[in-house]
Order: sequence, then C-alpha cells, then structure tokens
Amino acid sequence: MSVAFWALAVLAVAAGVTVFVVDSMARATFALLASLLAVGGTFLLIDLRYLGVLIVLMMVMEMMIMAVFMIMYMMNPAGLMPMKMVHNNRVAAIIAGTVFVLLAAGTLFTPWPAAKERPGGDPTHALGLSIMGPKMLVMMVIGVAILATMISTVVLATHKGRYDR
Amino acid sequence: MPSEVLGLAAALAALVWGAAALDARLGASPQSRLVGGGVARPWREAARLLVQQRRRTLLPDVLLTRIGVLTLLLAPVLAATVLPLGGAPVADLDVGVVWFNAMEVCVWAALWLIGWGANSVYPLIGAYRYVAQGLAYELPHMFALITVAVGAGSLRMTDIVQAQHGLWYAVRMPVAFLVYLVSALAMAFWGPMGQPLGRDLAGGVPAELSGADRLLFLAGRYAVLVVVAAAAVPLFLGGGAGPLLPAWAWTLVKTVAVLVLLVVARHRLPAVRMDRFMGFSWLVLIPLTLAQLLVVGIVVLP
Repeated sequence: MSVAFWALAVLAVAAGVTVFVVDSMARATFALLASLLAVGGTFLLIDLRYLGVLIVLMMVMEMMIMAVFMIMYMMNPAGLMPMKMVHNNRVAAIIAGTVFVLLAAGTLFTPWPAAKERPGGDPTHALGLSIMGPKMLVMMVIGVAILATMISTVVLATHKGRYDR
Repeated sequence: MPSEVLGLAAALAALVWGAAALDARLGASPQSRLVGGGVARPWREAARLLVQQRRRTLLPDVLLTRIGVLTLLLAPVLAATVLPLGGAPVADLDVGVVWFNAMEVCVWAALWLIGWGANSVYPLIGAYRYVAQGLAYELPHMFALITVAVGAGSLRMTDIVQAQHGLWYAVRMPVAFLVYLVSALAMAFWGPMGQPLGRDLAGGVPAELSGADRLLFLAGRYAVLVVVAAAAVPLFLGGGAGPLLPAWAWTLVKTVAVLVLLVVARHRLPAVRMDRFMGFSWLVLIPLTLAQLLVVGIVVLP
C-alpha cells in the first residue's frame, strides 16, 4: 500500500516537473495528465473508487479540451518548433515558492479533526448523500457556475451567431 | 480468473475479426464477392501491414504517437474487463459504469495523440474533428449511462443485469438506448460519424500510420466498436438472460446482433456533418436524455 502510494506520489511530482521541462505544448499537456492520473490512483488506494475513476474520466476529457485551448492561444500554433515552457522566471519562482510554503504550512499546522469512527458502508453512497444533503448548496452553485462558464466560452469562441447555421 | 481473462481475450479477438470481415464483405465490389472476397481480407491486410516498412514524416512526435496507438487498443480492452460475459466479469467493480466511461474517454486522448504526433495536416484535422465529435456525443452518452445506473440503483454491471430480469432497459428506457447507439457510432468514429477518418482528409487520423502502427490502430478501432456493442448487452439488453441457451451464448448472440447493426449502419447511412450533429446533440439529445432520466427517476423513486 505505502509502496504504491509513494510510487504514485513520485510519478505525480515527476510528471508535474516534466510539464515545465518538455519543449512541446502537447507533451506538456499529457505530462500534466499523467500527473493528475497518478493523483487519481492515490484515491483508488484509499478505496474511494468512485472518486478515483471519476478523476481519471474527468481529467482525460479536461486535458483534451485544455490541449485545444493551449495550442489555440500559443505563439507557435502548430507547435512545429520547440518552445520554452517557462517565462518571467524570477517572479514565477517567487510566487510558486510563496504558495508552496503557505500550502505546506497549512497542511502541517492545521489541527486536523480526528476520525471519530471508522468510515463504514459504501463510500460512493456516502458521497451521494453528502452532495444531495448538507453540501447541496455548494454543489448547485458550482454546477451552475461551470455551466455558465461553458456556455459563455462557446459563445465567445464561435464566429457565427445563434441564428446563422 | 485466468479462464475469464482468456475467455474475454478470445471473444474480443474473434469479434474484432468478425466485425472487420463483415465490414470488408459489405464494402467489397460485387465481382470480388463472387470469389469470396471480403472475409479473408482482415488476414491479408494484417499480413501486408506486418511486413510493410514504417513510413516517417518530417519531425514526428514518435513518443506521443506510440502512446496514442497503444492507448487506442488498451482502452477498449480495459473497458471490457467490467462487462459480464455470461458469468462474472474479469473485474466486477462496484463503479463499473464509471470505469467503462473513463476508459472509453481515453479514446479521445488516443486519437488526438495519433493525429498530433504525425506532424501532418490531415491527421491533425481528423484529431480535432474527433475532439469536437466527443464534445457533441459525450454528454447525451453520459446521461444515457446515468439513466441506466439510476434505473438499477447501482453502478455495478452485474447489478444492472440483475435489475433487468423483468424487462430489458432497451424497452423500459428506449430514448437512452437509442442515444447510446448513436453515441456508440460516434465513440468508435464509425460509419456516419466516421468523419475523423474522412475520405476528404485522405484517411484522417491514421493517414500517416503504416506497418505495425497501422495494424494496431485498426485493431484498436475495431476493438472500440466491439466493446461499445458488447456494453449495450448488459446495459440495455438484459445481459445473458434468455431461454434455452446458457448465459454466455445469449451474451454472444446479443453482442453480435448489435455489432452487425453498427457495421451495417456504416454501409447504409450517410455521413453526418459534425457542426450539425453538435447542434442536434446539445439542443435535442441532451434535453431528451434529461427527460428520460427524469421519467426513470420518478418511476424508481421509493
């Protein structure tokens, strides 16, 4: 179990580093995907099968759409020539370092609540009850926000108006 | 366990060959049909591709192409592991439907990687066509799968088969079944939805593939077709349920029936323009599947 966890953790971090090392937008996208799939794998290790498989499903779709957008917006649209994945190095390093320190400090110094009882039953079922119960407001707001973002992105991206087919 | 793995592998291989043979037979000219043309063509094509030399384009991304070709073959095989072929599936996951969906989405990545990797314009256009097609079919497809899961009250494939003892879901939720069949064509980029491999693109995504790469690509494509056809059986057609014959035989008969339907559709239906399908899918199919989901949800409400 812990061997698998560390293997996945190292894979996730290594693939994350690869994103900034490779010289092609396509490779960077799929290195990021590999990193996220490794994160999905860690969910499978703690028996959250639904969430783990869902991460695989959503990340593959998401990265495909990301690839389309990233390649659309880069200076070298066809990606034929190698390109640098890092810009504005000093500021980026300062921001990244600060955020890392903040997050790491947060994980180390937060008084995590101790589990009162062993989680029992089907985690998928428990997740569904939670989403449809106490977390419903949050999920509804996020859902509508995502839908609105999708629609506005499509409207902005399309040449044609809604009546022109 | 090993016998189930072997059974699955043998069934997949036989059905892939069968689909390719039927497709070749239907596409053969009347003259070559008279001399038995078609049925042996998959073997001849495989032998030809195995000895063919690899062609290279200028500055290809070989790594991404290889990953794409392997994924195109691996994804349907992994998706098939949750399908019950009569008995228990190879992996009876409690989230089988989600697993199936996740694996079939990997086909998007596979096709895009292959199209991108060749560094050639037609494969790239084909790859983008497939991503657009994916955005069109995926949501109605997911809603169809969710409707089945809601109807059975479970994401496990064997539970879904159990829940259809009274009446097949193809009858109880016909809209979801029809949407599933349409999305099966789109997912396998087959027939009317075969534009990512369109003739106007000189073959599209695999245009630059040759030799063993092309053989793997074709095997993967037929494997996707076979697996989406096979998944219709536990999801909508009652799995192995049926009189007289054992469960595995009924599963096989139903799978072949769906597969023949899909293969024949390629030779009978005209090509669909992707922008038209996008509009149709979002404006008609999504509301229809949502209405179907609502109806099923109300019916199963305790």
